[in-house]
Amino acid sequence: MHRGTRMAPVVLVAVLLVLWELIARLSLLPRPEFPTMTGTAVELVRLLGTSQPWLASAQTLQAWALGMVIAIVLAVPVGIAVGTNRMLYRSVRLVIEFLRPVPSVALIPLAILIAGAGLTSKVGLAVFGAFWPLLLQCYYGMQDLDPVAEDTARSFGLGRFARFRHVALPSAVPYIATGARIASAIVLTVVVSAEIVIGAPGLGREVFVAQTSGAYETTYAITFLIGMLAWGLNVGVSAAERRVLHWHPSQRPVEA
Amino acid sequence: MTILEVEHLRKTYGEGPRATHAVGDLSFSVSSGEFVCIVGPSGCGKSTLLKCMSGLLPASSGEVRLAGRRITGPPPAMALVFQEYGRSLFPWMSVRDNVLLPLRHKGLSKDEQRRLVTDSIDEVGLTRFGDHYPWQLSGGMQQRVAIARALAYQPEVLLMDEPFASVDAQTRSDLEDLILNVRDRYGVTVVFVTHDIDESVYLADRIVVLTPAPTEVKETLTVDLPSPRDQVATKELPEFAHLRAHTYRLIMRPSDHEDPVGATAGAVAHGSPK
Repeated sequence: MHRGTRMAPVVLVAVLLVLWELIARLSLLPRPEFPTMTGTAVELVRLLGTSQPWLASAQTLQAWALGMVIAIVLAVPVGIAVGTNRMLYRSVRLVIEFLRPVPSVALIPLAILIAGAGLTSKVGLAVFGAFWPLLLQCYYGMQDLDPVAEDTARSFGLGRFARFRHVALPSAVPYIATGARIASAIVLTVVVSAEIVIGAPGLGREVFVAQTSGAYETTYAITFLIGMLAWGLNVGVSAAERRVLHWHPSQRPVEA
Repeated sequence: MTILEVEHLRKTYGEGPRATHAVGDLSFSVSSGEFVCIVGPSGCGKSTLLKCMSGLLPASSGEVRLAGRRITGPPPAMALVFQEYGRSLFPWMSVRDNVLLPLRHKGLSKDEQRRLVTDSIDEVGLTRFGDHYPWQLSGGMQQRVAIARALAYQPEVLLMDEPFASVDAQTRSDLEDLILNVRDRYGVTVVFVTHDIDESVYLADRIVVLTPAPTEVKETLTVDLPSPRDQVATKELPEFAHLRAHTYRLIMRPSDHEDPVGATAGAVAHGSPK
């Protein structure tokens, strides 16, 4: 890649940061609610020297990981079953269409009633949010089986299970991987929302507490941390996707 | 000795007045070790016929017998090569694993499986490409992988559905010679569906010419050209030209109530560039 092209994003970030600093310094916006970039950076460094943000990050991350694992364990088998069995699909379609659009956050009061204001509620809500897109992706993946691939496997005498294991499942993996990427973003969103609203321990509660107590630099610093966490998770999930899908057209190296 | 018999085969899609008669009362047989090409006008139900023959699709009536036994599902003594190599090979498996997959449930020892995979990949000239993925190879090479996979399966009958229709002319000639070699070395019976008349005359011991749908056998031609065939010498022979012209007329000749002038123009328009 050309050197200038590689530097362009770095330059943009630097410009935005300087702009932030200038707007705050020149008091273009009310000063207390809009701390300077440098003030926020100093606060971030101070915070990272304490155990609090690390613990809160671990709690948010733990809920994310649990939510992902449970959502995948529940949604993938159901999605595959629904995708391979027309009868089953017809019978559950209505339920899916009804439950899928319900926003997870609307269920927060119910979750508190049932499971209290802790990890269970956070994870439960996140699983509910991630379950549907993941389920649908698995369903589409099973539906999109190439008839030529299926005929090939049948012509070589592969039985039902062998065809599922060696043909249907691998060809659905790109869909499932996309589902997992969508699910990852949903799980993090719901987990942080739940922490803010219910006050379950995690980065969401930290940022909420900082904001209500008027510690604006801390609020900005923690918001930045949440952003970094989301970015890191996205990078991680994309890397995992690349590994699993090295054979897929979307991941193949561009031919020279 | 007859190995494959197609007897009064019919295939109808749908029912009642809206039914489509794809194959209507088709009968022919193939001898062991023979190379038979099936040609016919576009959309004449060649692929449907091949699917019925391979046991992928149940016939509406009539039957197909392999070594005297009626085919009800894909038989272990038969292997298929599809036109769409890109969709028939599995992109998540290496060349070796693609060739190996059909062997896994054949009850062979690991050594035997390995030997079959290596031998058939060598046979199609892809020795160095076993660890590549299909999508890293050219179209012609991918179709070689599909041929290797079919050979490793050790079929008595190899069914090929327009296998070289999506590769360029040079690659096509190479693959034609490859399949003739393979037939000689493995003694396998080949049923080769194509819409290319030159190809059918060049490859076949016998050509089965089909009518438009509902498909029936229009004529069966014995190709009495000397073996081994040669891309240049064989195609220079007057017999080659004669057979080619004869097959052409069989396929392009209008049925009695059609306009012969229009049909002749069509024949020229569809003329093979070779």
